[in-house]
Amino acid sequence: MTQSRLWTALPEWALYPLFLAPAVYLFAAAFMNALGADPLKALENQLGEWALRLLILGLAVTPLMRLARINLVKYRRAIGLSAFIYVSLHLLVYVWLDQQQNWSAIWQDIVKRPYITIGMTAFLMLAPLAITSNRLSIRKLGAQGWRRLHRLVYVAAILGAVHYLLIVKAWPLEPIVYFGLIVFLLALRLVPARRSPGSRKRDPANASLGASR
Amino acid sequence: MPSYRYPVPPASEITPRNIFLNRRSFITGGASAIALAASGVNVLAQDQDARKLNAVASALSTDEAQNSYEDITTYNNFYEFGVDKSDPARYANQLTTDPWTIKVGGLVNNPREVGIEELLTGYDLEERVYRLRCVEGWSMVIPWVGISLASLIDKFDVQGSAKYVAFETLERPSEMPGQRAIFPVLPWPYVEGLRMDEAKHPLTILAVGLYGEVLPKQNGAPVRLVVPWKYGFKSIKSIVAINFVEEEPTATWHKQAPREYGFYSNVNPNVDHPRWSQKTERRIGGGLFNQRIDTQMFNGYEEQVGSLYENMDLTKFF
Ligand code: HEM
Repeated sequence: MTQSRLWTALPEWALYPLFLAPAVYLFAAAFMNALGADPLKALENQLGEWALRLLILGLAVTPLMRLARINLVKYRRAIGLSAFIYVSLHLLVYVWLDQQQNWSAIWQDIVKRPYITIGMTAFLMLAPLAITSNRLSIRKLGAQGWRRLHRLVYVAAILGAVHYLLIVKAWPLEPIVYFGLIVFLLALRLVPARRSPGSRKRDPANASLGASR
Repeated sequence: MPSYRYPVPPASEITPRNIFLNRRSFITGGASAIALAASGVNVLAQDQDARKLNAVASALSTDEAQNSYEDITTYNNFYEFGVDKSDPARYANQLTTDPWTIKVGGLVNNPREVGIEELLTGYDLEERVYRLRCVEGWSMVIPWVGISLASLIDKFDVQGSAKYVAFETLERPSEMPGQRAIFPVLPWPYVEGLRMDEAKHPLTILAVGLYGEVLPKQNGAPVRLVVPWKYGFKSIKSIVAINFVEEEPTATWHKQAPREYGFYSNVNPNVDHPRWSQKTERRIGGGLFNQRIDTQMFNGYEEQVGSLYENMDLTKFF
């Protein structure tokens, strides 16, 4: 396959400091009261937005590979796990700083507020994916079963974007763009893969998936 | 030149706020701000006197701790300038607030235009320190300077059929980037309304100042409504028209989402927003570990305004 080595030059581990730098910055700034008048909301919202951005990046890996021959499959686990870390921190900030561990208010939110119900559902869907993002799990589940399980990320990403749409007043552009991007990236999966002469029959995205985990 | 012309701070705060001011001008004004910085000190000193307002204290003020000038002027919902809370502080400096007139009309026998000078000099200005509760679940304590709306209404020969007062914000896309968006977030111009008795209630003011100085642009300069027992969006900013009308005006947010934003929009911990709870609020200014506080009925003004809504089902007329 013809593709630039540039895309795979970085070792996988190097992505964690890159992806987690915004979280470190956000927490540091929030603790130092440097995130504006409402540091809690700034922190909570920014963590949510980074989670969504990383989920979108993760969903872009397969289309980039199939349609643009940019192979980022090697980094997919780092992207996915980082997204999950952001969702977890986002939830942590909600429980700890926003609702201040008022468990009855949190429970009321989960059962009564669709945006929280949906966010929580997305979190619960992402958790098993994070737990099984390792070689041992792939072996245990079998490549087929593992892949089927990890399709949950499609649903979780959509739910994450809907969650955002349900929070805002009126129709600001940002959540609509996120939602649109996710739908677009999922729709691209319906486009048949580009074949170059001599490429193997199997879908390259799937073929390399097992090896990368 | 996009120089910031914030009101100058009281003596106690001059140093930190000047630093803040200059920093902001640098960020937003770019190269041209450097020229300002050179001459800036003088400009600020000259502005100081012009922006000061003489206001007397009011018994209607709360003695709760007031939010800082910085919090009040950097955390604003003013969608004409963008949907981010930092957008108004960033873009409102483009707004021309002088000259400014309010067109007073509708069911009134002596309609006319009221200039901003008239409001600033023709009335006794009062300082009113009010709680402000946003429908989003946060709150502040703000030292407004203003006049009671009733004292303006009294200057007009309002016809008996007038039951409501409708207000309108400026629509000027050339100076309001939020109004230039390809997909407008709200239908412009922004419209709000009050029942006549609400409009004439002693708590209801037209604010022309903040912290003893003329109102900063991001807070709705040069004149805005403040109705402290209602959610913040009722307190319409940068008013250019006041009309006395017979029918209940269709307020902008009500039009946008009638299930979520009623005409009354009184602060009420027992009636949730359909998508979130209104039981508690976060008072801005307490930092990351700020404790939530209970939201009070009518934002704590129940004693004064409760009687306006006697025998009304507040879950229906929310
Ligand atoms: C996949 C999972 C999730 C994603 C992608 C996500 C993403 C987001 C985004 C993008 C925002 C808005 C950011 C902004 O306004 O700038 C947000 C806000 C928020 N999220 Fe999530 N979220 C997720 C899960 C959760 C969970 C599990 C909870 C809590 C149970 C939660 C609670 C909240 C809250 C309370 C807000 C702030 C709402 C406000 O502005 O008051 N989210 N989230």
